[in-house]
Amino acid sequence: MTTLTDAPGTSAARETPARRRRRADRLPYLLLLPCLVVIGGLLLWPLGQVVWMSFHRLDNVRQVRGDRPWPFVGLDNYLQILGDPFFHTVLRNTVLFAVATVALTMVLGTLVGLLLNRLGRRMATFVGSCVMLAWATPALTGTIVWKWIFDDTSGLVTWLFNALPDGLSTALFGRSDWTGYGWFNSPLLFFAILTLVVVWHSFPFIAVSVLAGLKSVPSELQEAARVDGAGPWRVFWSVTFPLLRPVFAILVVLSTIWDFKVFTQQFVLAGGTQDRSTFMLSIYSYAEAFSPPPKYGLGAAIAVILTVILLVVTGFYVRMVLRQEES
Amino acid sequence: MKRFALNGAGLLVALFAAFPVYWMVATSLKPSREIFSATPRPVPTEPTLAHYRDILTGNLIPGVSFVDFFRNSLLVAAATVLLSGLVALLAATAVARFRFSLRTSFLIMLLVVQMIPLEALVIPLFLMIQRLGLYNTLPSLILTYLGFSLPFAVWMLRGFVAAVPKELEEAAAIDGASRAQIFRRILFPLVAPGLVATSIFSFITAWNELIFALTFLNDQEKYTLPVAMTFFFGRDDTAWGPVMAASTLITLPVIVFFLLVQRRMVTGLVAGAVKG
Repeated sequence: MTTLTDAPGTSAARETPARRRRRADRLPYLLLLPCLVVIGGLLLWPLGQVVWMSFHRLDNVRQVRGDRPWPFVGLDNYLQILGDPFFHTVLRNTVLFAVATVALTMVLGTLVGLLLNRLGRRMATFVGSCVMLAWATPALTGTIVWKWIFDDTSGLVTWLFNALPDGLSTALFGRSDWTGYGWFNSPLLFFAILTLVVVWHSFPFIAVSVLAGLKSVPSELQEAARVDGAGPWRVFWSVTFPLLRPVFAILVVLSTIWDFKVFTQQFVLAGGTQDRSTFMLSIYSYAEAFSPPPKYGLGAAIAVILTVILLVVTGFYVRMVLRQEES
Repeated sequence: MKRFALNGAGLLVALFAAFPVYWMVATSLKPSREIFSATPRPVPTEPTLAHYRDILTGNLIPGVSFVDFFRNSLLVAAATVLLSGLVALLAATAVARFRFSLRTSFLIMLLVVQMIPLEALVIPLFLMIQRLGLYNTLPSLILTYLGFSLPFAVWMLRGFVAAVPKELEEAAAIDGASRAQIFRRILFPLVAPGLVATSIFSFITAWNELIFALTFLNDQEKYTLPVAMTFFFGRDDTAWGPVMAASTLITLPVIVFFLLVQRRMVTGLVAGAVKG
């Protein structure tokens, strides 16, 4: 920030063009200053702090306040986590969940985007508005509604399964009475419902982005392919997808980043942090740090691992965006 | 035939997307015995506002009214919007109006910090809030949400500032207007719509946030709406009527605001990112 240094004092009262220019040089930095202070103080400094904390044994809130010393333990927190089989379960849960959710979100979102592009004007507006509702709903309340839909006594899903003919239900699932069935009790079912909730929240963004992408490229190519007798599958993979490749790349990266750190939906669906069998990285970090007994250092180390994974993904994202800006 | 299939698929998508929102509102209007009946009714047969009355007057949980949580949430969101709008406008002006040596670096940083997993910052920010003596205060959340909403606000606002023709400012400068006057009289009114859109995003960020509020607030009277929701309704046997009423009250302002700015959302996140 060399331009911030003072212009050499001149005795001339009139502003020389050079001085005026130097003042203009300084102005953008002055305008940026509050923003830099906020980002530096509230995002970058804590990011450094979390790394620093991960090298200490911190299991008391008074250490956090700075009233007690921080024993430096080097990489102990990391060694403890990486050597813990539970961490491997959590990592596996996180990766599998992210892969499944990103894949489903992309497929559903793309299909809906393509559909919105083909629908008539009024129908497209109607479907588009409904899709917006899912997008706009806060993660918290959206998840609560799904929890109600899967309620084990009066939930809609429980009712639906009860409404199946008893013989069919028994043949398929081995039970005909679904009242009291704990939809969230088995980890696999829990993750399936969590995936459903997160896909419901995130496919609208993909759909609308794909639609925006479709509208920005000429449709003649697709029509030409269609006239030449190519089916929809062929048209998509040979014409549409190559044209929209940059958009898809960015959407996949953004979705990966978002789905890797899902917290609110998981927290609400699981009703807190008691059920360790459904932990993923972000909630694991939180629970280690804040559930009694608090282990802030250990939680920080998990947070650092999560951040490093996401930074690698972000690296790809930034490279893609910059390549877009250049072209 | 093809038209028919497409429209059918469209209706299915619409149903999947909108049904949970509809079900939330419908349930909130049903009397309890209808909610817990064995056969759910698709529409409330005897609509009632009893659940809304219960949560707002403190009938349900003695001494607890959601009006207080509303006030807290509004206060936090409003302060976040004002601060983040002001800071973002200054920064966006710098980026959109000046060519300076660190401009590209700043833009890259803006992109990268948006990708920092905020969930990973709970622990260090908890430490910062403790040390600043802000634990269990609403300003702890205002500060936190300011940091969270700012990068996207700058990213979005720079497009709006850049869209204001530079000639207008130059003309004003020739007429002898000072930089401050140009900013106030020319740039600000023209950027105002963009500022509104940006504010809505900051508002939604602050209004929806759960984890930090859960961690930084201790006393019940300080709770924001999301914390109150998980605190009072996180238990097992849930009173779905009041829960859905409270959910509806939280969701409605967000949906209204969101529909106002959704077009900009896509431009901000994708086209803005793609086309610069």
